[in-house]
Amino acid sequence: MTLRRYLAKRILLTIPILFGVSVLTFSLVKLLPGNAIDYILQFQEATPELRAQLEAQYNLDEPVWVQYLLWLEDALQLNFGESVISDRSVTDAILGRLPHTLMLGFLGFVIALAIGIPTGIVSAVRKGEPADEISRVGALLGIATPNFWLGLMLLLLFSVQLGWFRVIPPADKSVVSPAMLKFMILPAITLGTASAALLMRLTRSSMVEQLNKEYVKMARAKGLTERTVILKHVLRNSLISVVTVAALQIAFLVDGAVVVEQVFSWPGVGRLLINAITQRDFPIIQAVVLMIATTIVLANLAADIIYSWLDPRIRY
Amino acid sequence: MSNRNPTDDRGRIRVTGFNAESLEKRDELFDWTPDRTVGAKSRRARAWRRFKRNRTALLGLAIIVFMAVVAVFARPIELAGVTIQPISLAPFDPGASNFNALKQPPSATHPFGTDWSGKDILSRVMVGGRFSLSIGFITVSLALLIGVPMGAIAGYFGGWIDEAIMRLVDILYAFPFLVLAIALIAVLGQGFWNMILALVLVGWIGYARLIRGEILSVKENEYVTAAKALGARDRTIIFRHVVPNAIAPVIVQATLGIGTIVLSAAALGFLGLGLDPGTAEWGSMLSNGRETLVQGQWWITVFPGLAIFTFVLAINLVGDGVNDAIDPQGDAGGGERGVR
Repeated sequence: MTLRRYLAKRILLTIPILFGVSVLTFSLVKLLPGNAIDYILQFQEATPELRAQLEAQYNLDEPVWVQYLLWLEDALQLNFGESVISDRSVTDAILGRLPHTLMLGFLGFVIALAIGIPTGIVSAVRKGEPADEISRVGALLGIATPNFWLGLMLLLLFSVQLGWFRVIPPADKSVVSPAMLKFMILPAITLGTASAALLMRLTRSSMVEQLNKEYVKMARAKGLTERTVILKHVLRNSLISVVTVAALQIAFLVDGAVVVEQVFSWPGVGRLLINAITQRDFPIIQAVVLMIATTIVLANLAADIIYSWLDPRIRY
Repeated sequence: MSNRNPTDDRGRIRVTGFNAESLEKRDELFDWTPDRTVGAKSRRARAWRRFKRNRTALLGLAIIVFMAVVAVFARPIELAGVTIQPISLAPFDPGASNFNALKQPPSATHPFGTDWSGKDILSRVMVGGRFSLSIGFITVSLALLIGVPMGAIAGYFGGWIDEAIMRLVDILYAFPFLVLAIALIAVLGQGFWNMILALVLVGWIGYARLIRGEILSVKENEYVTAAKALGARDRTIIFRHVVPNAIAPVIVQATLGIGTIVLSAAALGFLGLGLDPGTAEWGSMLSNGRETLVQGQWWITVFPGLAIFTFVLAINLVGDGVNDAIDPQGDAGGGERGVR
């Protein structure tokens, strides 16, 4: 199969997946126990007229499949209606919080890469030596620590006991202000630790595999320095398999962000989702879950495309 | 066969020059069933021997057994009014509030301190193992019961069955583990079995994907073709020949999966979406950990978290040991083998 045909097939395959994702998101929220109108009207008097008006507003008087199509039509235009609780546009609510989550996720990912890949390389090159043992134990500890607990412990040590950081995020409007960036250090470390451990293990195992290949002997035999062999030849080939897992890492980071934002009271999308679930704010739940799932589907697509470009032997 | 009378003397066509006995003997050979247990047993025995030599894995196993024993004997267990386990190791009733000892720091009477309602945290951590451990083991077993057959059927038959199952898996894979579990719990409601159900619905896809990938290569083996040629049913081939040869990475993944599930269950408890807030489950005990922590009551969050950490660490030690025992040459960690 040529690259172009493979790409076309791969892109076409994401369409039914995105469709399924939207159906699942919509029906999950439809299955939430209790009537949505009751949640909206829980703080005011419910007259039959108001009820009918609200049902019309949220299309609840239509059959379910019509409701789905109307919702999908709006969703494709990024219009998710209004929050049930605050009358705010859902899109505005998400956009207001998205920078916080993106910034946190970005910093967490940078920390994961900065710790995971170098330790993975050292560990593979010095396999069986103390450096390897130490980083493997470190990875094991990183995987076994519940991230919310790690966050709580960092908060306890550095914010409560030592007083180096604020306990509650500063009220700045901008995410990149110095105070915000300083506050983000602990959440980003919390978020990045588990990913760093997974990346380290993956880098290590794929490098150990590559180091046994013939081309490494060849490169050494022609007199290249060990540094060139490792960084230019082995690392490049090893990172191919790391790329495929990068998309999975995004899902992992999203999970982490939901919890870490709760630990540090960080006003991000994850906290929005948890609040929306406790308050049954169904338009927000639908929008956030759909956004997350779409991002992951597209990230998987991107990873597959990059993979097939990096390793031309791969054709499915 | 000796009691069967030959019918030579009743005018039937007599075949000469053909030794009917040889045919009967061959027929008997056809009844021969391979003694599966021998091969499987020795394979398992070899894996167990290798596992026993791995000290860190044994340490992990010892920790798990210790935690399970503590959880079982922490408080008496009653089943339908009959006490089946009378021993009580926990110094206090984990559910009883002592309003004279609210938020006490660790002391001789309360080694782990007391929480906001005066409940003894040591007793709660001991009993809490019942919830976390049983959620971990039950969830993974049920997820295997769904995921392995689904993945095996998809991988073995291929075609539209494969497409249907794998597209469903792809759709579910678009949702991060915890986000989907949170959404499912919002739909199902909170509680022990609802939490397990939500985690199973999210957890089976990983095993299905993994075993499907393995089966795609295992089914190309000649013994599968041979079994087909002998007329074995698909069900027999899948569960007797294909799955046992493809299951190794799934076992490794399932062992590590117990740790993941315990972590997720604890995270759900922390978010206030797990068991009832009063329950002595490790995650639920941390549910308002942030507030108490900021007020300086560190012991309320430190000890339940340490319990989760210790258990997950032990599970990972065992999982790595199982991986080395099953797959001694491979250097890859369990999870990566599924990525093809």
